[in-house]
Amino acid sequence: MAEEMKVIYERPTSWANKITHYCPGCTHGVAHRLIAELVDEMGLIDKTIGVWPVGCAVFGYNYFNFDSVEAAHGRAPAMATGIKVTNPDNFVFAYQGDGDLASIGMAEIVHAAARGWPITVIFINNGNFGMTGGQMAPTTLLGQKTTTSPLGRTPQVNGFPIRLSEMLATLDGPAYIARVSLDSPVNIRKAKSAFRKAFNAQVRGIGFSLVECLSTCPTNWKLTPVESMERIRKEVIPYFPLGEFKVVEGVL
Amino acid sequence: MSSKVLMKGAEALAEGAIQAGCRYYFGYPITPQNETPEYMSRRLPEVGGRFVQAESELAAINMLYGAACTGVRAMVSSSSPGISLMQEGISYISGSNVPCVVMNAMRGGPGLGNIAPAQGDYLQAVKGGGNGDYKRIVLAPSSIQEGVDLFVDAFELAEKYRMVVMVIVDGLIGQMMEPVEFKTQVDVSTRKPPEWAVSGRHGRDHANIITSLTLDAVELEKWNLAHQAVYAEVEKVESRIEEYQMEDADYAIIAYGTMARIAKTTVRLARAKGIKLGLLRPITVWPFPAKQMQAYVGKLKGALTVELAYRQLFEDVRLTLCDKMPLGWYGRGGGIVPGPQEVLTAFEEQFGKGR
Repeated sequence: MAEEMKVIYERPTSWANKITHYCPGCTHGVAHRLIAELVDEMGLIDKTIGVWPVGCAVFGYNYFNFDSVEAAHGRAPAMATGIKVTNPDNFVFAYQGDGDLASIGMAEIVHAAARGWPITVIFINNGNFGMTGGQMAPTTLLGQKTTTSPLGRTPQVNGFPIRLSEMLATLDGPAYIARVSLDSPVNIRKAKSAFRKAFNAQVRGIGFSLVECLSTCPTNWKLTPVESMERIRKEVIPYFPLGEFKVVEGVL
Repeated sequence: MSSKVLMKGAEALAEGAIQAGCRYYFGYPITPQNETPEYMSRRLPEVGGRFVQAESELAAINMLYGAACTGVRAMVSSSSPGISLMQEGISYISGSNVPCVVMNAMRGGPGLGNIAPAQGDYLQAVKGGGNGDYKRIVLAPSSIQEGVDLFVDAFELAEKYRMVVMVIVDGLIGQMMEPVEFKTQVDVSTRKPPEWAVSGRHGRDHANIITSLTLDAVELEKWNLAHQAVYAEVEKVESRIEEYQMEDADYAIIAYGTMARIAKTTVRLARAKGIKLGLLRPITVWPFPAKQMQAYVGKLKGALTVELAYRQLFEDVRLTLCDKMPLGWYGRGGGIVPGPQEVLTAFEEQFGKGR
């Protein structure tokens, strides 16, 4: 029976054929892959401008076949705003880590969300400053040991972790805010659905969108990739619950 | 607008930028330049542009960075403390060869200082400010009309050399009213994004990437050497100076911006007393018009640098003329602006009666 071979999995055309610099077990690659798949599926490669952060994803622009810029630490939403204002028909996304977005870039992300202009932010929450060697981030959990909270984060010394998605969802500007996890195939499928809604919120001109991705950092967590995925399920999700925090009418 | 209109400086400079093709402006309130963003907010939409009030100067300069990456004519303005906050962005923009214009209405400092006219940001503007080896072209108009005219040059120079161009004025130029004529209207309606710009590929066979990151030391040194060559070329061909009553001068005042305007009156007061005084007024403070000044070596008996700061401009004058002629200095800071007679007295104290 000569059945035609059907392609069920291939490299996205918007993915530059390069090996990434990410550590084994890190989920940056998963988030990158979801972006590339959706840029392909939504036919956005000619319209896309990516804005990359300072942090582990600083070289993100090397891995895609669309236009990109590299922002200063925390300023990606401001830069994306400047690009969107001049090129409203382009698809503009910022990709930020938790040091970049929730620490030094807090003002920029809050005001980009409050303005509500249609840009999309992919926010990687892995609970530490990865690239600089695992220092405490605003998202570091209580009790979590990092290189700058060597005895574990305590509220008395270090304050409390910030739930960014819930905070931004209190604003009127955003069209879509969700938190997903990249720890398992089922959660990655859900993440792709959230990315698609976030992209659509921009493409349909509805408003600002952000997807927070609970991510691993095996190197700095000092766990194996499998243990890192388990840690997300056991320790991270209970503090950072998954779900959609803002979905305005028309986002699908 | 081809006939003269009476306008406030901060508004006229904004209109000058628009006439020069600026269509995007990002700003954050700070005195003494608030009339510029206010004017931009009502005027830019009329010409198909956009005004964005940023949440901070940090955001404003990075919005400008993003906008300028797409190849449009865009600018920010601010005043001293705000310009300090923008230095990070100016370094990144310079490090990635993105052309744009930044205007600084300088005020008294350091710190919060005050809102009176000053020139205490000179060294920050011409020597550095942000991190790393980079230069920007710095234009220093001394009247509203000159500022308006220079905005056309500012955008052209920025694009020619793919550099940041800074226009430095002060609260005096920003707040006074003068008749002004908009002589040049740059039509940007049919401009296409330059080939380096990020604007979406739209069929281009490669992706454009704009970054100031070069991890490889050999590559980054190459970048630096290439830019040193550009800066050397700018120094060679773009320095500008006004030489006022210098034909027969025995002495010169060296001053720029508002201070130069006052010094012109000092020159007239001195000449009325028989002192052959002239004025050398840098229009570009980077590149510094060193060659033009050095042409007076052997002809002048001395030069007095006058500035609204403490030996900042004087640093460049000394680098240019040190050991070549007697040099004097007079300056007031903190927002105090000396009058023409005060400057003449300072000259006479340092150079005798100038005879």
